Amino acid sequence: MLGINDPWIWGVYLLSFLSALLCVAYGLVNWNKGGKTETDEILEEVVWEEGEVEMEEKELGL
Amino acid sequence: MDIILLNIIILVYVLAIGYLGYKGWRETKDSEDYMVAGRKIHPYVMAMSYGATFISTSAIVGFGGVAGLFGMGLLWLTFLNIFVGIFIAFVLFGKRTRKMGHNLGAMTFSELLAKRFDSKFIQYFSGLVIFLGMPMYASVVLIGAARFIETTLAIDFDIALLLFSIIIAAYVVLGGLKGVMYTDAMQATIMFVGMAFLLLMTYSQLGGVVPAHQALTDLASLVPANLASMGHEGWTSMPASGSAWWWTLISTLVLGVGIGALAMPQLVVRFMTVKSSRELNRAVLIGGVFILMMTGVAFVVGALSNVYFVQQDGVISIAAAQGNADSIIPIFINSAMPDWFVYVFMLSLLAAGMSTLSSQFHAQGTAIGRDVYETITGMRGGRSILITRVGIILAVILAVILGYILPGSIIARGTAIFFGLCASAFLSMYGCALFWKRATKAGAIAGLVVGTFVSLFWLVFVHQKEAAALGIAKMVLGRDVLITSMPWPVVDPIVVALPLAFVATVAVSLATQPPAPEHLEKCFKGIK
Repeated sequence: MLGINDPWIWGVYLLSFLSALLCVAYGLVNWNKGGKTETDEILEEVVWEEGEVEMEEKELGL
Repeated sequence: MDIILLNIIILVYVLAIGYLGYKGWRETKDSEDYMVAGRKIHPYVMAMSYGATFISTSAIVGFGGVAGLFGMGLLWLTFLNIFVGIFIAFVLFGKRTRKMGHNLGAMTFSELLAKRFDSKFIQYFSGLVIFLGMPMYASVVLIGAARFIETTLAIDFDIALLLFSIIIAAYVVLGGLKGVMYTDAMQATIMFVGMAFLLLMTYSQLGGVVPAHQALTDLASLVPANLASMGHEGWTSMPASGSAWWWTLISTLVLGVGIGALAMPQLVVRFMTVKSSRELNRAVLIGGVFILMMTGVAFVVGALSNVYFVQQDGVISIAAAQGNADSIIPIFINSAMPDWFVYVFMLSLLAAGMSTLSSQFHAQGTAIGRDVYETITGMRGGRSILITRVGIILAVILAVILGYILPGSIIARGTAIFFGLCASAFLSMYGCALFWKRATKAGAIAGLVVGTFVSLFWLVFVHQKEAAALGIAKMVLGRDVLITSMPWPVVDPIVVALPLAFVATVAVSLATQPPAPEHLEKCFKGIK
C-alpha cells in the first residue's frame, strides 16, 4: 500500500494523518466550549452572594 | 547562490524578531508577565509557540537525519508526538495544569508541583534538574542550526554558533515569555510554510507519493552489512523485532521523545499562559496539524533522501553525509533543492532553532531565578527577575560551550537523553499531581528522586552509547557496561526509570498520611 510493503509502516503513515485529523475534529467540536475564565468565576460568586443577601433582606422584610 | 539576497532576507527576519522582542518587553510589567506571559495569550500564539518550542532543528535536522539512517519506522514518533504530545497533553494534562496553576499562583512547572505537594525540596530539586540537564538539549539544537548555517552560508561553525546564541539571548533576557511567545508564533508560521514546500518538492522530484515510496522500498538490498546485522531491514520496514536496531528505534527515539514531551517544563508552562480552557481546545486543532507538518515531513523526507542520493551519486544518505547523520538533511537540501528554496528552508531552520532555544533559555532562567533562588532565599520581585536574567545568560554560555565540544551525530541522541530524563524524573509526580488526590508529598519526592537517579545510573553504567563514551563504568567496573547480555545495553533508561518512579510514587503515597482536605480543595478548585 502506498508503495510500502510493511503494514507497520504504511499503517503508521496513515495513523499520523488520522491523529492530526482527531485534533482538528476535537478543536472544531469544542471551539466555543470552556470559555469561563477565573474572572468570570469570581463575578459569578459575587452575583450569587449578592443574590443571597437580597433573599435574606426580603425574608427579613427590609 | 545569491549571498546578498540571502543576507537581506535574514536581516528582515532579524528585524521582525527584534520588533516582537521589543513588543514583549514593552508589555512586561511584572514577574507574572515575564514568566507566564500575563496568563492572557491568544490561542494561535499559544499553539504555535508550543509547536515551535516542541519542534526544533533537532527534530528537523537531527531526527530527519536519523530517519535517513533508520527509515520510515521513525513515523511512530510522529504519531506519538501528535497523539500524546498534542492531544493527550492538551486535553487531559493541559486543562488541569492551567486551572491548578491558576489556583496555586504557580509560574513555573517546578513551582506547580512544589505547591501541589507543599514541598520546597521539589521546587529547587526540579529546578536544578532542569537547569543542569537542559544545556545538553539546548546545545544540540544550537548545533543543528549552526551546522545548517555552516553548510549554506559557508560561515565558520564556531562563529555561527556564537552569533546565533547572542541574538536569542538578547530578546529572551529583555522580552521574557511574552517576547519568546510572540517570536515563536512568527517563527512557527515560517516553519510551516518551509516544511509544506519541502514535502511537495521532495515528492514531485521523486515522481509522486507512491513511486517515491516504491523506489525507497526497492533500496532494501543496499542496507550496509553492519546495519543489517543489527536488524536494519530496509527504509520502509520496521527493524527485526527485538534486535539492537529495533530497541534503539523504539525505546530511545520513539518512547523517549514521544512520552517525554508530556513532562517537558518549557512545554507545560505554555498551558499556564491562557485564560480559559477554550483557548486550549482551539490550540489542539492548530497544534495537531502543525506537528504533522513538522515531524511527519522531516521523517518522510529524511528517509526519501536515500532515493535521491542513490539516483544521483549511487550511495545511500549516510554515506553521502560521510557517516554524520546530522549532515544528511543540510546536504540533501543544498544539493536537491533550488536556490530559492534553500533560502526559505534556511529561514525555517533558523526559526525552528531560535524558537526552541529561546524557550529553553527562558525555562532555565526561571528554574534558577524562581525555583532555586526564590525558594532558598525567600526573596521575590525585581531581584528575582534579575537573577532569572543572569540564569538565562549562564544557560546560553553553557549551551555554547557544550556546542563546541560535543561530537557528531549527537543531535537526536542529546534530545532523547533530555526528554527521557524529564519523563523519568517528572512524569510520575506530574501525572499523580493532576489526577490522583491520594498522592502525598513523600510519594512525589520518592518518584522524583528514584526517576532522576535511576535514569542517570542507567546512562552512566548500562546504556552502551553513553556509558562507553563517559568511561565511568570502565573505570569502576573494568568494562564498558554493567550488564553485557542483550538487549540491556540498548534499552533506554526511560524503559526502566519511568515505571520504577511510578511504583515509588504510588507505594510511598499509600504508606504515608493523605494530604489535608483543605489543601486538596484549593488545588482542585474548579477541576472536574
